[in-house]
Amino acid sequence: MMITIEMLNEIKKKTLKTMTLRLEKKNNGISSINKENVSDKKHVLICGGPGCHSSGADELKKRFEQKIDKEELTDVNVSIAGCFGLCESGPNIEIYPGGTFYSQVKIDDVDEIVEKHLCRDEVVERLLNEGAIKEENIKPVFEVDFYKKQEKIALRNCGIIDYNSIDEYIALDGYQALAKALTEMTQEEVIDIMKKSNLRGRGGAGFPTGRKWETAFKYEADKKYVICNADEGDPGAFMDRSILEGDPHSVLEAMAICGYAIGSDQGYIYVRAEYPVAVQRLKTAIKKAKEKGLLGENIFGTEFNFNIEIRLGAGAFVCGEGTALMESIEGKRGMPRPKINRTAHKGLWGKPTIINNVETLANVPPIITKGAKWLKSIGTEDSPGTKVFALGGKIKNTGLVEVPMGTTLREIIFDIGGGIPNGKKFKAVQTGGPSGGCIPEEFLDTPVDFASLGKIGSIMGSGGMIVLDDTDCMVDIARFFLDFTVDESCGKCVPCREGTKRMLEILERITKGKGTPEDLDRLESLSEAITDSSLCGLGQTASNPVKSTMKYFRHEYEAHVKEIRCPAGSCQELLQFFITDKCVGCTKCANNCPASCISGNLKERHVIDTEQCIKCGTCMEVCPVGAVIKK
Amino acid sequence: MAEITINAKKYQVNSGITILEACNRLGISIPTLCHDDRLEPYAACRLCVVEVKGKKNLQTSCSTKIRDGMVVETHNKRVINARKEVLDLLFSNHPEDCLTCEKAGGCKLQDYCYEYGVEEGTYVGEKKDYHIDDSNPFYTYDPNKCILCGKCVRVCDELQCTNAIGLGNRGFDSKVVTPFDLGLATSNCVSCGNCVAVCPVGALTPKKKEKYRTWEIRKVKTTCSYCGVGCQIELLVKGDKVVGVEPARGTPNDGLLCVKGRFGYSFINHSDRLKAPLIKRNGEFEEATWEEAYDLIIDKISEIKEEYGSESFAGLTSARCTNEENYLFQKMFRALIGTNNVDHCARL
Ligand SMILES: Cc1cc2nc3c(=O)[nH]c(=O)nc-3n(C[C@H](O)[C@H](O)[C@H](O)COP(=O)(O)O)c2cc1C
Ligand code: SF4
Ligand code: SF4
Repeated sequence: MMITIEMLNEIKKKTLKTMTLRLEKKNNGISSINKENVSDKKHVLICGGPGCHSSGADELKKRFEQKIDKEELTDVNVSIAGCFGLCESGPNIEIYPGGTFYSQVKIDDVDEIVEKHLCRDEVVERLLNEGAIKEENIKPVFEVDFYKKQEKIALRNCGIIDYNSIDEYIALDGYQALAKALTEMTQEEVIDIMKKSNLRGRGGAGFPTGRKWETAFKYEADKKYVICNADEGDPGAFMDRSILEGDPHSVLEAMAICGYAIGSDQGYIYVRAEYPVAVQRLKTAIKKAKEKGLLGENIFGTEFNFNIEIRLGAGAFVCGEGTALMESIEGKRGMPRPKINRTAHKGLWGKPTIINNVETLANVPPIITKGAKWLKSIGTEDSPGTKVFALGGKIKNTGLVEVPMGTTLREIIFDIGGGIPNGKKFKAVQTGGPSGGCIPEEFLDTPVDFASLGKIGSIMGSGGMIVLDDTDCMVDIARFFLDFTVDESCGKCVPCREGTKRMLEILERITKGKGTPEDLDRLESLSEAITDSSLCGLGQTASNPVKSTMKYFRHEYEAHVKEIRCPAGSCQELLQFFITDKCVGCTKCANNCPASCISGNLKERHVIDTEQCIKCGTCMEVCPVGAVIKK
Repeated sequence: MAEITINAKKYQVNSGITILEACNRLGISIPTLCHDDRLEPYAACRLCVVEVKGKKNLQTSCSTKIRDGMVVETHNKRVINARKEVLDLLFSNHPEDCLTCEKAGGCKLQDYCYEYGVEEGTYVGEKKDYHIDDSNPFYTYDPNKCILCGKCVRVCDELQCTNAIGLGNRGFDSKVVTPFDLGLATSNCVSCGNCVAVCPVGALTPKKKEKYRTWEIRKVKTTCSYCGVGCQIELLVKGDKVVGVEPARGTPNDGLLCVKGRFGYSFINHSDRLKAPLIKRNGEFEEATWEEAYDLIIDKISEIKEEYGSESFAGLTSARCTNEENYLFQKMFRALIGTNNVDHCARL
């Protein structure tokens, strides 16, 4: 089928009517759509993001539909959308008009919501999201603190549209950018907008996308390729997954635009097989785009052809590295190539290739429709636009947030993330996953962009952000990340294969109280050597967690090796359990100790034989008066 | 041409070549364990790193092309430290049995450790502990000595095109394996030994009939006599005995061989081997001189030709002869004996 711009606009007009209410969310409460077009149906929007999906979003939807049927309500629509971002409180649902935000909704809550909210317009207060009530006032979702400072470009459609509906994507300006590029712009003009916008790669390295496209465009070849890097191997990061699952067409459209710009007719999406939901939704999206003529031959009646195929990765972190990824697509072992050729010149099967990250691509369509200036008006000079972060660790609002570049760490962690739970104290934030570094409190006011994070020894990376509190041992954190790197090293080059393993062994010794002061010097020199001489980014950045923790928390390392003490009280083997004089002699600890190393008579203070103690912490848990401490 | 500065000296070199190639041509020695100019650049051992002005990290000279105006340091402190670290890491995960290792004297790891003053592997921790694969009749594979340079795998893939071996597992556990790590005997290895020839360490070693040390042998270059290709080989000679064969570089075989040329040399010292012509006298074979033998052949041929004619002859020559020898043989049959009844075993 061949699609025209008129047909596209027709679909848009028709579909928008059914979606108007939800657009309140997109426009922060202001419905920009002509009221005449508004359908007056109520809308129940269920989060189908990774977290909510696994805690039963589909069942929730079914239950809502059944109950709505039973109540014979004819003016209510129910749909599932992509990730809302606030995964911590899922399953989340929103009800429009109004944007009432319910959290931790269980299947048994559905009847009550339908009976009260949908039938009688009564808010079910007990299910409201914690952030949606302030001083007894009920706030709509877009005024909840978590969302207020966010600005959504890459996630613009996530949480609003039905991911399986190409029409809903089109309704929110989907495929307009492709239409504009193909029918109104030359290849050079597309590249020019991308260059002027200074959109930088969101996959980690921050390379300017426009410049990359230009290099591939200028290199003549009989075949060129566009690859979407959806390998997302960073532990804890799930923004790419959320985009693929919640708004797959934005990636397809961007790939086609890139294909047009560089002169390619074939795209590949390299996605990890552990993302079966994303794969399924991508497959559906590709099929629907093809049916509509938005992929395939002569798109919008032009000479331009573009097809997209999916390639599954087996879940190796290193396969996210561009050259290893291409090896993997070519059917070889996923190991990085020597950097003798540029990918934009000789990439996949030796042909000019563009590899872009999912989030980078999701930014492309709005840049084409709104222009370079628009993107540059958001974020910083160095890093225009927004960045999505996956907030995790010791933070109240675990989830996905998209903020303008230049937002400070403090704003992200405290204003949006809600700060540290359980009355604990902030200690550090780890950004950039296993390739990144730990940033201490003194840098909390650092604006987040590519350059600033680099300056303080960390990286933007793919946007992982793990918050640590004062019970986290920094040596152990470094060990944790290195453990991941050692597992994921491909084994090709010596410094990474052998060096990271030795570094891990040293850290393991330190956390077990077997380290020496010389080990610290060793760690430093080894870190340098691995960074300086590894083949790919994995090895080159593998030492960052160690380097940054040694820089900012050297005293913790020293306490481990000199005093055999873990200041955070986290390294089990360095701790001793001890019973204070608070003990009432109830015998509970002695009865529960699996090593039978607690002695004492009834109603007398008990004693732990520290030689025998296996440091399991059972005594501490069972003591009714808190007499057991670790020190 | 491009002008580059290496170690503060300016040189004119061809553009398009790598730093390593340039240094080789200029006589600047750069260590490498994984490079082979017949194979695609691999850049895995990281021993050939050099400092290139303007680059944040060290660059591998095997995979960095010369650019005009490039400034390179090949032996400054930073570079040497990185190389030492690589050697230290490799040796820390390597058996310390150089005294008895077959490769001693010919081992690149040993040579470079000596050159860079790496006396021991200073990292303590896990070490490889694999079974030795003894299942191939011609060579032994000891994974514990393997430094994972990947040369064997790449030779087998890129040059030999047999693809009998590959890399298995990941990271620290990486290992050169046959499919499913079932051992060489089960694989489609053709025993050409080309992997053995490129292994820089003692991981792949020929099974020897005779003990020898690399410094005890002389190398004698000759042409392999198994077929007419004319592969160049080096006989390893200890005293006056051939104790092994290695492929020589250059045309036509450029460092490759087949199983026969590589491992089929023991006939040289075999007791059954004929070293002089034999003539049957009174029902018994007796050693004779070549003159006697030639005279006898001439007599017999003349006799038969006279009595039964040229067409009573047939000649069959061997693929083990050279082209020139085969040419002479057919010439003898056609011009001298006068028959076209002449053929060659390779046609059968
Ligand atoms: C070890 C390693 C893993 C990587 N993993 C990913 C990944 O999962 N997703 C991704 O988009 N980029 C990843 N990258 C970055 C890619 O190499 C590449 O820079 C990126 O995909 C380019 O796209 P961009 O310019 O749009 O960011 C990884 C890099 C390294 C060194
Ligand atoms: S740095 Fe690590 S992951 Fe990258 S090529 Fe070397 S061994 Fe493989
Ligand atoms: S067996 Fe030898 S050639 Fe093969 S990878 Fe190991 S060290 Fe290199």
